[in-house]
Amino acid sequence: MLDLTPKEVMARTALRINPCKTCQPVGALFCALGVRKCMPHSHGSQGCVSYHRTVLSRHFKEPAIAASSSFTEGASVFGGRSNLTTAVKNIFDMYNPDIIAVHTTCLSETIGDDLNSYIADLKIPEGKKVVHCNTPSYAGSHIMGFSNMMTGFMSYLTKKTGASNGKTAIFPGWANPGDIRQLKKICSLMNVPIIMFPDHTGVMDAPMTGKYEFYPEGGTTIPEIASLGDCKGVVALGEIASLAPAEMMKKKWEVPFVMLPQPIGVSFTDQFVMALRLVSKTEVPWELEEQRGQLVDLMIDAHQWVYGKKVAIFGDPDTVEGLTSLALEMGLVPKYVITGTPKEEFTKKINRLFSKYSVTDCKAKANSDLFELHQWIKNEPVDLLIGTTYGKQIAKAEDIPFVRAGFPVLDRYGGPLMPIFGYEGGIRMAEKIIGALMDREDRDCADEDLEIVM
Amino acid sequence: MADSRDKLLDKYEAKLYKNRKDHILSLEEEGGTPKIAANTRAVPGVMTARGCCYAGCKGVVVGPLKDVCVITHGPIGCGFYSWGTRRNKARPDEDGKNFVSYCFSTDMQESDIVFGGEKKLEKAIDEAVALFHPKCVMICSTCPIGLIGDDVQAVAKRAEKKHGIKAIGFSCEGYKGVSQSAGHHIANNGLMKDVIGTGDRAPKTKFSVNILGEFNIGGDGWEQERILKRCGIEVVSVLTGDGSYEDLKSAHLASLNIVMCHRSINYIAEMIEEKYGTDWLKVNFIGVQSTCESLREIGKYFGDPDLIARIEEVIADETAAIEDDMEYFRSKLAGRTAAIFSGGSRSHHYQSLLRDLGMETVIAGYEFAHRDDYEGREVIPFIKEDADNKNIETITVTKDPERYHKRQPSSDIETETYGGMMKTMNKGSIIVDDYNHFETDELARRVKPDVFFSGIKDKHSIQKAGVVSKQMHSYDYAGPYAGFKGAVNFGYDLVKSLYTNAWSLVKPPWKNEPMLVGELGTGGESNA
Repeated sequence: MLDLTPKEVMARTALRINPCKTCQPVGALFCALGVRKCMPHSHGSQGCVSYHRTVLSRHFKEPAIAASSSFTEGASVFGGRSNLTTAVKNIFDMYNPDIIAVHTTCLSETIGDDLNSYIADLKIPEGKKVVHCNTPSYAGSHIMGFSNMMTGFMSYLTKKTGASNGKTAIFPGWANPGDIRQLKKICSLMNVPIIMFPDHTGVMDAPMTGKYEFYPEGGTTIPEIASLGDCKGVVALGEIASLAPAEMMKKKWEVPFVMLPQPIGVSFTDQFVMALRLVSKTEVPWELEEQRGQLVDLMIDAHQWVYGKKVAIFGDPDTVEGLTSLALEMGLVPKYVITGTPKEEFTKKINRLFSKYSVTDCKAKANSDLFELHQWIKNEPVDLLIGTTYGKQIAKAEDIPFVRAGFPVLDRYGGPLMPIFGYEGGIRMAEKIIGALMDREDRDCADEDLEIVM
Repeated sequence: MADSRDKLLDKYEAKLYKNRKDHILSLEEEGGTPKIAANTRAVPGVMTARGCCYAGCKGVVVGPLKDVCVITHGPIGCGFYSWGTRRNKARPDEDGKNFVSYCFSTDMQESDIVFGGEKKLEKAIDEAVALFHPKCVMICSTCPIGLIGDDVQAVAKRAEKKHGIKAIGFSCEGYKGVSQSAGHHIANNGLMKDVIGTGDRAPKTKFSVNILGEFNIGGDGWEQERILKRCGIEVVSVLTGDGSYEDLKSAHLASLNIVMCHRSINYIAEMIEEKYGTDWLKVNFIGVQSTCESLREIGKYFGDPDLIARIEEVIADETAAIEDDMEYFRSKLAGRTAAIFSGGSRSHHYQSLLRDLGMETVIAGYEFAHRDDYEGREVIPFIKEDADNKNIETITVTKDPERYHKRQPSSDIETETYGGMMKTMNKGSIIVDDYNHFETDELARRVKPDVFFSGIKDKHSIQKAGVVSKQMHSYDYAGPYAGFKGAVNFGYDLVKSLYTNAWSLVKPPWKNEPMLVGELGTGGESNA
């Protein structure tokens, strides 16, 4: 496996090998699936949407609907106006969504299609909406596409009536439905009425009922998005994905926001709970305190199997930041922490975590790739890998225990239903990490050392 | 069934109806070949299942060549999505080179789009050569490349000079043509122009073949090679599953080409025949009966009594070994119906395996097939070219005066021909070309086939509607399904899917029982 990867690191400036990111449009498509009765639409050639629906379905094991402008060579020369016009008509006729969320692609961006004017000229049926955002695939990563689609929805739909809706907006960042359910549960325990945006629960974790619902009863509704401007405040989670949308709400409607990391691990979840406490002005209920105590108890109980073990963590920047914090809380040493997303804020944040826990000799890098990570590991190995499916190649090549988290996880089932957010998510992740390390002890030890009690 | 077709089409408004009616047929007679519209533009917004030209070139044809460093030139997405996701299995040859588990991309940024990406591509090739020393680099272009005018062929030529390797540029931008099919054609052209015929490794035996259009999904190609080898037939090269640049160079020296996937590779089969005189034979190693027939055809082609006898021995031995299993699976599956949308011949091939298991195919079609894949190659002269097809280069090859060798088949076997899918289907079957999400759901609901074979984009919606759905592009990560052993795997996987206990749990008990007035524990029933 990966037998051609040399140990010696050679600086590369042009060749990306084994990326740890993908392109903006899939993020926009994913974001739009978290809106009720929304048809995501890719303005480009039809291969893009085929790939995007495929990777999302493979991760969530759910349908991922989306349409395409199906550019041909002619459209690429003369512009995609008529493709979009035809597509929008057909989508409303055939699939009857409440809203179509258009995103661009490298193709339509390169030829400079002006979506603002195309959409302004559309004949949109009464009561229906068409929104868009620009997602040039050659800038940033899928995380920016997700962020851009949020601001796209908000710039078209939000309003301020002047009367507060009494709700707090939660921007979860790129998250599995299991995580969003966890956020809702915590908000409910903290007595904070919320608007979750986007909200993939009920959509990307739809139950088996024997009847396929093209638009399942999940997702943020259009009125909810519209009333984001009337929210008391925004709790934005994960800076790389959620800061831009939060800033937009502040600028556009003067809705204040608090920017927090995604609540992964004890202290990041504490920050989220403390923010909600400020909103609700109520004490934290025992149920949450109990979960927190259970997570800390678990960490202390198992510490000797975990402490000082080296871990490499990779994936999307906000998720990786949270996982790094959790790893440090557990006493792991995050030897290498990388993301493919080209955002230097990531490196700063991770370095701050290194300082906070006084770990030295650890590396954080944005705009990196899994080939580079693998080469680092070849030079100085780690005891554990945490990240997305593609890490399994390195795990197999170097025989390293591997815990899956983040996007995409294409090779396991049930993950999207389960949380990594919140104290409960922390318990789940900690259990997985401890288990992976201890399974390795059992596998590698001599027969006489195999412990029945550990 | 005709009723199902009409009801489906009735849902379309006038313009879409006019477009789709020629792509959807209900077969009115057995063995007939009504005309179907195919290989035309998908209508924007309908949620076609199709992919793009890049997917056909990089994803399907050149990506599986294991000893080639295939660099995607473009923004990161296209390379990422086609990284390790197609199950074209490969084991390295003696040189140890296997790039199949890697993804290489120029990861173009905004400045590359503005100022051109050729420099970055050149640098990327330099870096690939320094790191991996490949014998061959192939460059696959994504949408922006053609638009910004990067000349990937020129970059390839410069790289060849600079590094002394083979480098080939493919202009397979996603917007070209109307589907993956354009990419197959572009890939075929490049391999024919720059690879096939450049080697001189002669086959070791009298009976040598190339397997064309076999991508070794789930190890299918390996099962075919195993069987062929048992029969005494040498496999010179495979296009392209577990195939290599090294083998492909000498593909023109094989005695016969056997073609699995007609759509993706027929161009090369034809061009080799024209240039070198090598005949090609359409085969089908999916299904027990069709595997036996295909082997017998190959035997007949070579006309060697020893080979023919050996093939019969192998058939007898292999079929005896799987007889009990197949009988058991037939007992579990007979009488069931299927819908199938897959590949560039698979929707045809699998009908044969389903028949072995006593199942009938009632709906079939393709994403990207042409009329000849449905109706047979005899329609080729009558296919009208449209603007989208004209944009795809057709290369003409001529007889190689020194290397052309036409073998005389020893019997009246028909080579260079393919009858297409529809002739083998029953009356009343529904054929859908370029199927979309709406049609998939409608057909699954109305016709209610027992199993729906298609791809991941449809799988979960079909399954949620209570219909068993099997991915036929990836075999749901199982396989091989080809040949004799594959038939057993397929039968077992179908039994698993149809008989999974959880299907009986879909409806909660409270949906079936009326609300009773009573109290817990008073019914006298025990749960023990």
